[in-house]
Amino acid sequence: MEDSIHITSTRTTAPVSEEKAGMRLFTELVNVLGTSTKTNDKLDALSHYFALADDKDKVWVIAIFSGRRPKRAVNSSQLQQWCIEMINLPPWLFEESYHTVGDLAETIALLLPESNRTQYPQTLSWYIEKFIVLQKKDESLRKQFIIDSWMQMDKEERFVFNKLLTGGFRIGVSQKTMVNALARTVKLDASVIAHRISGNWDPVTTSFAQLLSEESVSMDFSKPYPFYLAYALEEEPGTLGDPHQWQAEWKWDGIRGQLIKRNNELFVWSRGEELMTDKFPEYHALKEMLPDGIVLDGEIIPSIEKKPLPFALLQTRIGRKNVTKKQLQETPITFFAYDLLEWEGKDYRDIPLQSRRETLEKLVEQTNYPGLIISPVIEFTGWQQLAGIRSASRDMGAEGLMLKRKDSVYQAGRKRGDWWKWKIDPLVIDCVMIYAQKGHGRRSNLYTDYTFAVKDGDKLVSFTKAYSGLTDKEFAEVDNFVKRNALEKFGPVRTVRPELVFEIAFEGIAASARHKSGVALRFPRISRWRKDKKPDEINTLEDLKKMLELYGK
Amino acid sequence: MPLIEFTDKGLYCAQGQFYIDPWQAVDKAIITHAHSDHARWGSKYYLCHHQTKPILQLRLGNNNYESVGWNEPVYMNAVKITLHPAGHIIGSSQIRVEYNGEVWVVSGDYKTENDGISGQFEPVPCHTFITESTFGLPIYHWQPQEVQFAAMRKWIQENKKAGRTSLLLAYSLGKAQRVIKNLADNVDHVFVHGAVYNTQQVFKNAGWNFPETEKVTADISKELFHQNLVVAPGSAADSPWIKKMQPVSVGVCSGWMQVRGNVRRKNIDAGFVLSDHADWNGLLASVKATGASKVYVTHGFQSAFSRYLNENGIEAGEVKTAFGNEEEEEALPDQIGIETGANTE
Repeated sequence: MEDSIHITSTRTTAPVSEEKAGMRLFTELVNVLGTSTKTNDKLDALSHYFALADDKDKVWVIAIFSGRRPKRAVNSSQLQQWCIEMINLPPWLFEESYHTVGDLAETIALLLPESNRTQYPQTLSWYIEKFIVLQKKDESLRKQFIIDSWMQMDKEERFVFNKLLTGGFRIGVSQKTMVNALARTVKLDASVIAHRISGNWDPVTTSFAQLLSEESVSMDFSKPYPFYLAYALEEEPGTLGDPHQWQAEWKWDGIRGQLIKRNNELFVWSRGEELMTDKFPEYHALKEMLPDGIVLDGEIIPSIEKKPLPFALLQTRIGRKNVTKKQLQETPITFFAYDLLEWEGKDYRDIPLQSRRETLEKLVEQTNYPGLIISPVIEFTGWQQLAGIRSASRDMGAEGLMLKRKDSVYQAGRKRGDWWKWKIDPLVIDCVMIYAQKGHGRRSNLYTDYTFAVKDGDKLVSFTKAYSGLTDKEFAEVDNFVKRNALEKFGPVRTVRPELVFEIAFEGIAASARHKSGVALRFPRISRWRKDKKPDEINTLEDLKKMLELYGK
Repeated sequence: MPLIEFTDKGLYCAQGQFYIDPWQAVDKAIITHAHSDHARWGSKYYLCHHQTKPILQLRLGNNNYESVGWNEPVYMNAVKITLHPAGHIIGSSQIRVEYNGEVWVVSGDYKTENDGISGQFEPVPCHTFITESTFGLPIYHWQPQEVQFAAMRKWIQENKKAGRTSLLLAYSLGKAQRVIKNLADNVDHVFVHGAVYNTQQVFKNAGWNFPETEKVTADISKELFHQNLVVAPGSAADSPWIKKMQPVSVGVCSGWMQVRGNVRRKNIDAGFVLSDHADWNGLLASVKATGASKVYVTHGFQSAFSRYLNENGIEAGEVKTAFGNEEEEEALPDQIGIETGANTE
């Protein structure tokens, strides 16, 4: 047996076997995930992959699909440059192609000359581990490696390879689907899997068996629990039944996080499973103050006197590598705690919310530290009364309410039934489209990214971009308008005749020196195409400034 | 005055007093092929290839048609006109126009691969060449059609095994005939939408030996659909029409399927890169083979393609026309009901 393996690995002609492995198997997986429209098919494809793939490759797939991508070995402009050299086409034609395809990795895969390979590509982990080694090597070596690799691959494999190099592996699979497939393959509960693959682990040094073993959880003290996420409440709250069975809280607009103290160490995780402990020195004192073996769920928010500051200020904090003294003073970060997931080293998630909350309140009170406060429970007796309270959310610096069943356990992932978010209606403004650009991914080669303007006297002032909110049919219609009404061309951007009026919805507004209009919007999206309105009926810059005055402070 | 001018009504030869693929009603129209953006209603006289005539009759009704074979000259006021295979769909022709020793060729739509039914595209030497550029970017590169048909056969097998209908969306004139001819042997029945059926019948009446197709009707059982192939134009994908076929796997045949974003945007299950147009290399090779010293580039990526030609020593200009892009217009479900391309008014 040893011999035959040896022979296979040194042969120079492609094996005739149809059985796919390594990079080919992974590419097949990415293809199904990228084009399939049914969750079940994706689940099947992942299970199939986990059943066949090499253990080392599986670890990398879990890492990649849970946002732990390898460090970049080369940057996008190098890839672009090397591709242009290989195909002998002018750079502008590469650009033109890129704008049509809307994805750099795919553009390169489509432009490269056909491979004349004599061998199939290597395993996924082989390439990724090469990337890691190459980070420290000369550019000429990296270039040679990339070009040699390209020439061993077909179009689809090159796309996947380039995606690995450029990062951003968004190919239509949620972490939840991956966890479910993994659970099916190794026959464990999905919530157990979700916990085991969370936290701080290095795909280079972790084996598949280690990753999924029970010890991994107890060995890694930093590991957060999977977050329990709520769906938006679309029906009337009356449909939830007896109001006394429900707990209401403000829904904050910060970063959802878990604050962990285990083994006398403190960890702060964001919902995106990013370890952010160092970003928030405000929490560091808690390492001494909190008891050991504890996990809190809550919101990371800048606040003064328990009143949240706008989200835009939080962004200035997380964008920085080092936090300055000035920032610590102007945007002090607080942890608004609303749940207790672990207590005295024990998993507390199966205990009803009401009891978890009691322990949590006592804990926060005893800790008595300004950086840790309790997210208050709102007293109410009827749904109508609660609706009235909700309408004042903006004054509280909140974006609505959370409704949680008092006897609910803490589940994993997004689930219906026990927790709901009941957001307030967004702010809206009518404006006109002035620029358009082609989109990416499934919107490639369609003008779907727009810039909007409000009136300022007889001028138009751009104030926001928005990418979502129209149906495919409406996008096609606007795309057609842009093609007929483009006035000027600036690279990929077209200025268009200001004729189409849209209503933009957004969650918040803040002053911004970076924008011409002086304001920055939070979560802007198109809420309606106002075909009934003419461009001279849109809102003005004055209107925006009034909103800033009302809600932006 | 140039031999062919670009006017509001379309490409016009003043000397011969005829238009080529005009987009308004005129006295004399020469038609490259029967797609609706090239063959429009209302002209008093139409000249086309023999194979195009029955489709024009189907689509435009009875008119004053004259048809010719490849390379059979027709004279109009001392202008010599001949038709040459364009390989795009059945009957599609390039139009060669000669007067006083000057030769212009209008390509219409064309593809360079011989698909077995549309004729082999032949480069026609000329001074001035008017070319399409639907896929005039180097990202468009076709594999031989057999590779795509093999992928479709595999897809049909998988669907049969899983008990799903294989619904292939393909333009009713052109793509549909190609896929039916090449896939019919893999199933017992090819069910088709009425638009495909009518086109198919016209060709059968004209003597083409095409496989039998059956119209989709209300009394066909689910099980029968699941084991066979359905071919329909893109407009059918959204209609209640396909409810009866569930579960169904929807495949689209189009050059646009080369780009992943298009496949994902259509929310379809399989995209097959099968086109009736030339790819980048096909366009370049064809332009070069004509030996033309001046090239006009119409519908498609005309700006990029003409710039590239200019940089490579071939004088080229862009021309805006009202020709659409039927691979997108008819074949793709979410485009239905929306005008694409430009300037029809």
